[in-house]
Amino acid sequence: MTSSVLEAQGLGKKYGKRWALRECTIDIPAGHVVGLVGPNGAGKTTLLKLASGQLEPTAGSITVLGGRPAGGPAQLARVGFVAQGTPVYAGLSIADHLRLGARLNPRWDDARARERIAQLGLTFDRRAGKLSGGQRAQVALTLGLAKRPELLILDEPVASLDPLARREFLRGLMEATVEHQLSVVLSSHLVSDLERTCDYLIVLVDSRVQVAGEVDKLLATHHRLTGPRRDADRLPADQHVISASHTDRQSTFVVRTDAPIHDPAWTVTQLGMEDLVLAYMDKSTAECRRAALEMQR
Amino acid sequence: MIEFHLDGRSGVSPYLQLVQQVRHALRLGVLREGDQLPTVKEVVAHLAINANTVLKAYRELEHEGLIAARPGVGTFVTATLTDTSLAAHGPLRLELQRWLAKARRAGLDEESIEALFMTTFRTTAQEDIA
Repeated sequence: MTSSVLEAQGLGKKYGKRWALRECTIDIPAGHVVGLVGPNGAGKTTLLKLASGQLEPTAGSITVLGGRPAGGPAQLARVGFVAQGTPVYAGLSIADHLRLGARLNPRWDDARARERIAQLGLTFDRRAGKLSGGQRAQVALTLGLAKRPELLILDEPVASLDPLARREFLRGLMEATVEHQLSVVLSSHLVSDLERTCDYLIVLVDSRVQVAGEVDKLLATHHRLTGPRRDADRLPADQHVISASHTDRQSTFVVRTDAPIHDPAWTVTQLGMEDLVLAYMDKSTAECRRAALEMQR
Repeated sequence: MIEFHLDGRSGVSPYLQLVQQVRHALRLGVLREGDQLPTVKEVVAHLAINANTVLKAYRELEHEGLIAARPGVGTFVTATLTDTSLAAHGPLRLELQRWLAKARRAGLDEESIEALFMTTFRTTAQEDIA
């Protein structure tokens, strides 16, 4: 379980003159449900396409399950990818989709696919174009799971779904992680989708990874400090400022530190995942954070 | 068998909510020794949550000696919390009611009472840990 599902070293991708992703260095251990979160256009899809081998890196390197993305039939069989908007072939029936899946995937589990379709209350002769958004997403997930991948990558799988369909989809996905012990990477621009489902988080803002780690550890090492006005450079050296805001009398910081905070001037509060992500989206401190990160290296 | 639920706005982490719900059910006698808890897969499918959250909660309850996993069979309740402390609830409630009346007479509104109670509760809890 200690092996990596996804390891990137200085990974970057450039479209023309613009870096869609840059200096991405991460190492994700197996057995997690990884949430990739960030605003639209942050580079989430680029990272996922690099991981599934649909794009080639401009800089750096990436390995997935120890191999080169899309590096051969064996590697392709180990990684499932559900693209944004959970696309299906509108003119084909569900049965056609399963036949196609069986032809294209050496490890295809047809019994599992049929069982799941039946559980969803769908009939095999239904044309995919006639399905609701939620049903279409479920069919795409069924195809992704029947492939029996070790890693399933999903790009914004629930973005266009209503709350009920969203929940049903995530239930199916979470159930599959227990049944088949697969690792999952899913992206979303909504933290609420990831809050319960993910135990590993990557925050991507402005084409850079701002933070990555196990959710429990991230929540335990980040704190919100509220107290009398103080400048960030007067905080202890081991408290890394993630975001800061000031009024004329009061300062509020989100800091990352492994040490307990003893300063009685501060009211210390725990952060939820949403607060944590928002803190990393604070642009005013992004430059300082980067400088601090580079000094650590 | 009990059914778990999660309150997204409580500020309490999901794993702790699961732990508290089992303890609560034990205290109220809803769960008794020998009862089976839902499987990890059942909880995951019901709540759409990460499996590690459920595993962590069950591990903690196991560590507390409240439940035990029997491999291949399921997870079962091995202790009870409806102990002698139940008898103490009545007098304690009475004292608390008197205290609340006192606080109101002193001019505290609902919110102030809650704030005072919670900060005191948290500080003493922290002192107990330290």
